[in-house]
Amino acid sequence: MKILVGLGTCGIAAGAEETYRALREKFESGALPHPVEKTGCIGMCYREPLVEVRADDGARYHYGNLTRDKIDRLLSEHVAGGKVIDEWLVWTNNGAGSEKAFLDRQNRIVLRNCGNINPESIEDYLGIGGYKALEKVLRESDPEGLIGVIVESGLRGRGGAGFLTGMKWRFTRMAQGEHKYIICNADEGDPGAFMDRSVLESDPHSVLEGMAIAGFAIGSDHGYIYVRAEYPRAIERLNIAIAQAEERGFLGEKILGTAFRFRVRLKEGAGAFVCGEETALIASIEGKRGMPRIRPPFPATKGLWGCPTSINNVETFANVPWIVLSGAKAFNSLGTQNSKGTKVFAMAGKVKRGGLVEVPMGISIQEIVEDICGGIKEGRKFKAVQMGGPSGGCIPAELQNTVIDYESINKTGAIMGSGGLVVMDETTCMVDVARFFLDFTQRESCGKCTFCRVGTKRMLEILTRITEGEGRDGDIELLEQLAVLVKNNSLCGLGQTAPNPVLTTLKYFRAEYEAHIINRKCPAHHCQKLLTYTIAEACNGCGVCGRACPAQAIAGEKKQMHVIDHSKCIQCDECYKTCRFHAIVRT
Amino acid sequence: MNHHRKLDFRNLHYAGEEGTLIPALQKVQETEGYISREKILEIHSKSGVPVPQIYGVATFYAQFRLHPVGRHIIKVCHGTACHVAAAKGISEALESALEIRTGETTKDKLFTLDTVSCLGCCSLAPVVMIDTATYGNLDPAAARKIIRQRQKAAAGAPAPRTGQS
Repeated sequence: MKILVGLGTCGIAAGAEETYRALREKFESGALPHPVEKTGCIGMCYREPLVEVRADDGARYHYGNLTRDKIDRLLSEHVAGGKVIDEWLVWTNNGAGSEKAFLDRQNRIVLRNCGNINPESIEDYLGIGGYKALEKVLRESDPEGLIGVIVESGLRGRGGAGFLTGMKWRFTRMAQGEHKYIICNADEGDPGAFMDRSVLESDPHSVLEGMAIAGFAIGSDHGYIYVRAEYPRAIERLNIAIAQAEERGFLGEKILGTAFRFRVRLKEGAGAFVCGEETALIASIEGKRGMPRIRPPFPATKGLWGCPTSINNVETFANVPWIVLSGAKAFNSLGTQNSKGTKVFAMAGKVKRGGLVEVPMGISIQEIVEDICGGIKEGRKFKAVQMGGPSGGCIPAELQNTVIDYESINKTGAIMGSGGLVVMDETTCMVDVARFFLDFTQRESCGKCTFCRVGTKRMLEILTRITEGEGRDGDIELLEQLAVLVKNNSLCGLGQTAPNPVLTTLKYFRAEYEAHIINRKCPAHHCQKLLTYTIAEACNGCGVCGRACPAQAIAGEKKQMHVIDHSKCIQCDECYKTCRFHAIVRT
Repeated sequence: MNHHRKLDFRNLHYAGEEGTLIPALQKVQETEGYISREKILEIHSKSGVPVPQIYGVATFYAQFRLHPVGRHIIKVCHGTACHVAAAKGISEALESALEIRTGETTKDKLFTLDTVSCLGCCSLAPVVMIDTATYGNLDPAAARKIIRQRQKAAAGAPAPRTGQS
């Protein structure tokens, strides 16, 4: 028997490190006869901290919300007493647990090892068949044959654009150059996406193995992983994994006794969303400002230091060893006509079960939101999902039967993107969501193209004034006009897609824009400047709101219902925040 | 202050000379807390990279700071999920608790308050990161409590960093 504690960033934020430390102390003092180990994240972020009791017969018992105060009972009842604690049990590998609907409907290829192995132990990775795919490729395959398998598998880039990975490798292989490079794009900049972080924190060796296989395919001996600096734990575990792989001869010179050599270097990003764009990312590795350039030439022919370069995303690389070992057919039998395999989604927002979900392509948005993630929190109404981050768009609840594949998502006006899926309910204002994304792209625009630099700023100004109740007649048309100009006159993906959040919300939630502009009302009761504050009968006249009001707009006798003077109210929300009797009503 | 500590470019050199600039700036920031004018000149004299280019890179990336910062850096996440979960309220609570505005440093040089685009802990939104520790599922009261604890802990700790490595 052993005990595993999930120590991904989300687990740690929920207190998993205290649980781990307390269990380790018990083990080291001899009070606990079973080893306690670290593991990554099984994706059930909403029940962190997670602790697994793994029996010698392979049975796995996952307990949720296992904070430090619960370990004594866990140890006495389950570990020593052999009695499973049903009320805390979230999942087992034999069909029990309160959250089995969440995990059992998933199909985990990319996340296959996440939460299963210790990410800081290469022995664990080797124990479940790690680096066997690299070995198979080096011993039994040639680069052309390998590329053929990846093409046949139908694997498309998981970073967003969805280009066929095998074709990208083929172009890079065919290109002439003194050196060739592999780059792993781990600059997961889309707000709302965290699958790359989780894979790097939970299973870094799979990514390294995928990169080495890609290196063999294109004839490269040098790879870079470009990781966001905001992911300190991923960087730490990658550094450990690289050192271990070098020591064991899976990276470096004469890998597995063959002539193949491949080194991996880690580059820390310095905080620029645009560096997710491949030419900007290359500029950043070269030490320059991360500004995109015109393509062609594509990086496959002229990339890092002017040499042929293949850039793939973390999730793409994590798929590669599995495809090599299981075969192209096993992969392309999953999914739809043009989108094969699985996709990992980062579920967040107003959904009950937030975390990582890996499903076969072709499943519908509804199945993910309702069946796997349990629907909307607090019984509210499902309004929309935001997909694809700042380059994506909002898909309304009416279209929840849309299936997950690159083309179907594109038809809605959103994009697959990296797979961030932020769920919104009736309290989310769609104009504010559009404003939020424009604020982001406007700040992150590198400034090279005028339409992106200035156009997004003007769009943001219009959206801001709409949410502040100062929208003008014609603003919607102006937004649409600017959106087209920004889209058509920007060099890279950032600018070309920046208007998407505005265009999709205008397409599906136009009435909400009109309510803001014409009626000066926010239907979601979100935009503060458009709210009317009144005091309801629940008021017991305690006077706290009156003292909190900076505009002296609230008056009333002690122990009598108070009244808000609307001519003085500045909609600062202070009264609403301070009232303990929910007597302040916002309409 | 140790302005004369040598920046070892050879260790940072992988392939090509200019690729060293960002790691060099990161190293300076890691040891000094920010990138001073002196350090920019030092990088220039050691690497030959023109000063405007170094300055251009240092101002392009959100990570680099050209002014001294507090000992602890508080980053309030304003990603999509955090935004939807009212991250604005967290920022406001911290601004009032620390008596500074976002982007500023407290008088005692203990805390710098900042925002970040996304920390990738979206299912625990709203999230705040202090140095490398992440706190999730916050509300304004919980955020204020963390700051009070940090302030208390800092009261018993040694003096703030002044630039030594």
